[in-house]
Amino acid sequence: MVASSKPVVKTDLAGQTLVTLRTLTEENPASLETYLKLGGYAALKRVVTEKVKPTDIITEVKTSGLRGRGGAGFPTGLKWSFMPRYFDGVKYLVCNTDEGEPGTFKDRDIIRYNPHQLIEGMAIAAYTLGARVGYNYIHGEIWQDYEIFEAALHEAKAAGYLGENLFGTNFSFDLYAVHGYGAYICGEETALIESIEGKKGQPRFKPPFPASYGVFGKPTNVNNTESYTSIPWIMQNGGQAFADLGVPNSGGTKLFSISGHVEKPGNYEVNMGMPFTELLALAGGIWKGRQLKAVIPGGPSTAVMPASAIMGATMDYDGLSKARSSLGAGSMIVMDDTTCMVKALHRLAYFFYEESCGQCTPCREGTGWVYRVIDRIVKGQGKMEDLDLLTDVSNNIAGRTICALGEAAATPVLSFIKHFRPEFEYYIQHGKSMVDGK
Amino acid sequence: MLSPEATTKIDYELTKYPADQRQAAVMSALRIVQTERGWLSKESITEVAQYLGMPEIAAMEVATFYNMYDLSPVGKYKVTICTNISCMLRGSDEIVSHLQNKLGVGFNEVTSDGKFCLKEGECMGCCGGAPLMHVNNTEMHEFLTTDKVDAIIEGLK
Repeated sequence: MVASSKPVVKTDLAGQTLVTLRTLTEENPASLETYLKLGGYAALKRVVTEKVKPTDIITEVKTSGLRGRGGAGFPTGLKWSFMPRYFDGVKYLVCNTDEGEPGTFKDRDIIRYNPHQLIEGMAIAAYTLGARVGYNYIHGEIWQDYEIFEAALHEAKAAGYLGENLFGTNFSFDLYAVHGYGAYICGEETALIESIEGKKGQPRFKPPFPASYGVFGKPTNVNNTESYTSIPWIMQNGGQAFADLGVPNSGGTKLFSISGHVEKPGNYEVNMGMPFTELLALAGGIWKGRQLKAVIPGGPSTAVMPASAIMGATMDYDGLSKARSSLGAGSMIVMDDTTCMVKALHRLAYFFYEESCGQCTPCREGTGWVYRVIDRIVKGQGKMEDLDLLTDVSNNIAGRTICALGEAAATPVLSFIKHFRPEFEYYIQHGKSMVDGK
Repeated sequence: MLSPEATTKIDYELTKYPADQRQAAVMSALRIVQTERGWLSKESITEVAQYLGMPEIAAMEVATFYNMYDLSPVGKYKVTICTNISCMLRGSDEIVSHLQNKLGVGFNEVTSDGKFCLKEGECMGCCGGAPLMHVNNTEMHEFLTTDKVDAIIEGLK
């Protein structure tokens, strides 16, 4: 099998800084040939054959300022230092390519357009952490992209970049692709581990953390796809060069998935700290010449921002937290002035209700209550006290569950009502939307 | 009984895991059997569990937990439309009503000729191509318009 994706839709790459999607400039971006032409696998070969000390690699990753790109933003180098160095048995490496939070679709482009850089990044991480086996867990619905990635794995193995005794050394690493089958919760790292083991994807209590008790009960390091894919560039160009691409506290580039009401939805890889207005311009601005109303900047688990709050913000961890939201996974959902916020929240509430794994009572019951209350508002049967009820129920989900889905489910409810309360009040009073009159 | 083709594919998946962790392959095994038989009956799930040497109830838990397993017949073509926020903002409601009118079925119903079943999907992680739909869990169709939907449906014979 040879990895080859469908010909790339030639997008305008101006204004972008391609680190994790650097093969996008080429005709056949997913192939091994293309990746080697761009200097691929050189960093892996160097660290393995020169026997670079794992602690030096971790220091380099810490210097880069790379933070977990899956949404939590935890420093990657620090996470790596939690893995036990001496362990008598197999340690595991896991990549989280399970994108199921609405608006998130960046890792899909990595596995279909630049799979080898992810493989190289995971191999470097495996060398650093002493992991013998790795799994890349891929979102269920992107079957065609899963096949591209699996073909790339076979290609890398045949070329001697995966498998036994790489480059004639005693370093060995086997990497496999694993396919999800439709569960948002498996994006949570311990649910993902349960799923790899062939179980329902229900999050585990932490501690113990995966670094001490992960896949099959063994020490496991879990990172996001974009995080691993940044590693070869960092090892080639140095941690400081990566940090310098971004701004203090937010090193490097970030892939932003932009969906909703823009002229050119898609992924844009830019330096951290880019002003929101510039990023919006790259995506062609608001479609149909309309006005911006609101943006969910990092996926629905991050607070919605009215246009006035995001227009002056920069796209990095601190920039968005100063503007009272967060970067999350960089999944920007853009809404124009024809959007009814009540109906938008109605859809999101249904999503969290549908996708709650059912393990913790506050989330299982609470997401159902939230959905039913918003549903009755949308059907014209809302009462004014429902707004306080929604706030109350949401506050009783957040912080009372095993995993972060509790907060994720509460955030949209709380932030939509906070910023767009008059729209909700109008809907309850008139039984129809203030925006579209329906 | 599982077909030789199915067991060959399941055996390939088993190579990804330690020999004493056969249950890890259950998600793939259920997918492989569902793809071959069209849907997962209770008997199919039992056969998978037996092949992997795991309790039937544990395989059943997996089959009922993940959205893409079908525990009742879905016709020759299962068409799953995403209606989540990014798709909704770009007109998935219109695509849904067009498909429902065209095929004469609602969500979770199969056409009388047994050919199509419509499902409402949750986010498929391809929101840049919204609105979008998925056919038989494998083919992704993005940037849908009603004309494009007509052409896709025509192509499914």
